[in-house]
Amino acid sequence: MTLNDLFQINPYSLSKAEKQKALTQILHELTNKHYKQCREYAKILDALKYNPAKVSSYADLPFIPVRLFKQFELKSVPQEQITKTLTSSGTSGQAVSKIFLDAENVRNQTKTLNEIISSFIGKSRLPLLLLDTEMIKKDRSMYSARGAGIIGFSIFGRNSTYALDENMNIDVDKVAAFFKEHENEPILMFGYTYMIWQFVVRALEEKNISFNAKNAILFHIGGWKKLKDQAVDALEFNRRVQNCLGNVKVYNYYGMAEQLGSVFVECEHGHMHCSNYSDVIIRRAKDFSEANIGERGLIELLSVLPTSYPGHIILTEDEGAILGEDDCPCGRKGKYFKIFGRIKNAELRGCSDTYEKR
Amino acid sequence: MSNIEKYTQAFCQAFDIDEETAKKLKFQDIPAWDSVGHMGLVAQLEEAFDIMLEPDDIVDLSSFEKGKEILAKYDITF
Repeated sequence: MTLNDLFQINPYSLSKAEKQKALTQILHELTNKHYKQCREYAKILDALKYNPAKVSSYADLPFIPVRLFKQFELKSVPQEQITKTLTSSGTSGQAVSKIFLDAENVRNQTKTLNEIISSFIGKSRLPLLLLDTEMIKKDRSMYSARGAGIIGFSIFGRNSTYALDENMNIDVDKVAAFFKEHENEPILMFGYTYMIWQFVVRALEEKNISFNAKNAILFHIGGWKKLKDQAVDALEFNRRVQNCLGNVKVYNYYGMAEQLGSVFVECEHGHMHCSNYSDVIIRRAKDFSEANIGERGLIELLSVLPTSYPGHIILTEDEGAILGEDDCPCGRKGKYFKIFGRIKNAELRGCSDTYEKR
Repeated sequence: MSNIEKYTQAFCQAFDIDEETAKKLKFQDIPAWDSVGHMGLVAQLEEAFDIMLEPDDIVDLSSFEKGKEILAKYDITF
């Protein structure tokens, strides 16, 4: 199977055996390609004693720690082919990841995101309320993951409207006008989890204003780290979003700047799902062996998309656990999993665990 | 204005370029045609022809030439 074959089928249709075959082929080829075309990557693989002849499953392929993208400029195409350099939106002072993209890689990311998201919301483009500021579009040559996410999502909507002004204040009149104009049709909303919480939910609560959307869908991404500090979990988040915006179906999804496009969406049963384009392997921190279903460990992410940089198999600094494979009650095939958050928070076990539980 | 004129104009306006440049253009050939510019182009085309493109077609709109094939699906002929 090739990436183009994957584009022809439903993004959650491959069963374990089929996926094993398809991903082993595609990811093995990608590993060899990056080995040939990225000198730094080849050095790492040599140090890991990578032997292509010994690979029988994609789980055998070498993974590289995600922080390498902060320390090195890893690319597998000549500089003149790079059309975009994506930076992860790290907080000031922190090193940021740099991801080098060529036109083909960007296109495949967009195509994949389209396949995944439209499998949830259908192919028609709904009026779109972006719960962010238009300012994210400003600096275009070095665009941040946050901006890329917003623009990437825009293809699912029409009449894109930004809810926040340049100072991140919610423009109540604009939002009210949007809801009024589209009151008799389904609407789509998109934003980053923490921004939505801080600048939409909390802001509206303070102003004592609420809207009453009849039929809305919200996709949000960005992680729970900051919300955890405020003791807000997914249930509470969804409840408060619905309180201030109305009847909203909330979908959380997970993705990394290093693997844009092949995102993981939480289904109606609260499970994060791998699509045909990606997989998750949980590794035990002590020896990096593969953990069992239900066992907590480091999250390794695999994506068939990265062609212009060697980011197809990365070890994240997040902890998670596989919940099952091919048997989620929602009907989607593939592994489904749970994310516990960054490893450095692992010491806070107990209380952080408690409010992670649904 | 003929369809091809309207079509070319949409590119010129979206990216602030002349007609000659527009006719040879591919995605990311120029800094203006990045993913932000792409949505601007989509908006121009949709307004010019009073259509709404499907997400698949927005993704596939990768060059001036390809765009003409895509618009054919919306009964716009050149």
